[in-house]
Order: sequence, then C-alpha cells, then structure tokens
Amino acid sequence: MKFEFEIEDGDFAKAGTASSQVKHILKQLNVDTKIIKKTTVAIYEAEVNVVAHAVGGGTLTADINLERIVVEVVDEGPGIEDIPQAMTEGFSTASAAVISMGFGAGMGLPNMRRNADKLEVTSGVGEGTRVVITNYI
Amino acid sequence: MKITNITTLLGGNIVTGKERVETPISFGFAADLLSDVLTLEVEGVLLITGLCTLQTIRTAEMAEIDCVIIARGKKVSPAMKDLAERTGLILIEVDCSVYKASGILFDAGLEPVF
Repeated sequence: MKFEFEIEDGDFAKAGTASSQVKHILKQLNVDTKIIKKTTVAIYEAEVNVVAHAVGGGTLTADINLERIVVEVVDEGPGIEDIPQAMTEGFSTASAAVISMGFGAGMGLPNMRRNADKLEVTSGVGEGTRVVITNYI
Repeated sequence: MKITNITTLLGGNIVTGKERVETPISFGFAADLLSDVLTLEVEGVLLITGLCTLQTIRTAEMAEIDCVIIARGKKVSPAMKDLAERTGLILIEVDCSVYKASGILFDAGLEPVF
C-alpha cells in the first residue's frame, strides 16, 4: 500500500506531521517497534531537511508491503553540492533560524544512514534532492 | 526512578501526563540539539532541555522519549501541550537550569544514557 504526503517548506510548526502519520500507519500494521522507531527517525530527518532547505516544499511517499518499507522524500530545493561531505557528521549548511529550532547540527543524513537498511541520496545543484529510505520488516 | 519522584526532586509542574506519574524512567539525557536526541537507542528516557518549541515535542515522539523536562523557567505553549497530549508525552516545566536539573537527577541515581 502506498501513502503520499505533502511537505511545506519553512513551516517548522508542521515539520514531522508526515513522519508522524507514517509512524501511526506502521503501528496499526503491527510492525516491530524497533523497526518503527528507526524508520520514523530516518524519515523525520528527511522531512525536516525539506522544511529547512527546500523552497517549494516536497513530497513524502511511503510504500509498505509485508517485506519492507520504502519511503521516498523528494524536493525541488537547491540540491546538495557534495553528497559525501553532507554525509559527514557535523557538516551543515543550515541557517541560523533552523539552528535556533534545534536542528542544523549536521546529523541529518548521518542519522538517516544509521537508521536505514538501505539509503539512496541523489541530488544536484539546482535540481533538488531525492532520498529513498528502505527498511526490511 | 518514577515521574512522581523526579517532579518532587525538581519542584516541577506536570503539564501533561499527570495520570502517569508512576511511569518508571531508566535514563536521563540533556540536549538542545534535536538530532542528538534522535541518535538515542535506549528506552525509558527522560530528556532535559531548554529548547521550548513544538519540534521538541515532535522529536520526542519520533525518538520514543517518555518524558520531557523544559528547564530555565520556560513555559509550554498551548500548541506544545496539545501535541504532547496527543502523542502521550509526559511534559514537565521546571524553573532551574538544565545543568542543575541534570545534577539533581544524577545525584539521585538516574543513570545517564552514556
């Protein structure tokens, strides 16, 4: 089954709404609690990245079957210039406003990698970013 | 350590979760960086923070944090209270600093996460 959610850019009051809904769905499906936690942490980091960086917002699509959860987060924001550098703990391009919200510590992508069985990040400057998080049930 | 003992030790005000004061807490963690909170892998965690925002509550939901203590005398907003109620979070306000709250609970035997 597939679920799609819109993510609004810059609206920190709503950041996490999509991830929360996915968490609720996974609970209803009786997915193992450890898999729910790692999946929601990974997709929450991805959702916050869209809110923090992507002008125009993005979409979060969760595709769930008996074997795996695949969450795709796509935005048309500024893109990532150097993905390996962005994967380094502590590297951040977040604004002061984002940092004041408690984010921007340069842990977003590393946290996604830590909590995903498989993580794909494709991006280009001016071309937006696509993150695909796969966790096996 | 139970929520009721923690509240007494810190002279805190329970904003949400008053009916769950017997909930046991195993570990304490203090942070204002939410991504650091998202790295925690243990259960039964209490978070002490000075970050009084809606995202503090949302992050606690994602990280399966049982209780959040808002330090430095900051007041929880109605939107934070509403989200905490909906997500089942125990939310407590205290007047003291993050440092003092952490010290009191550590001294009373609450284990650090690491």
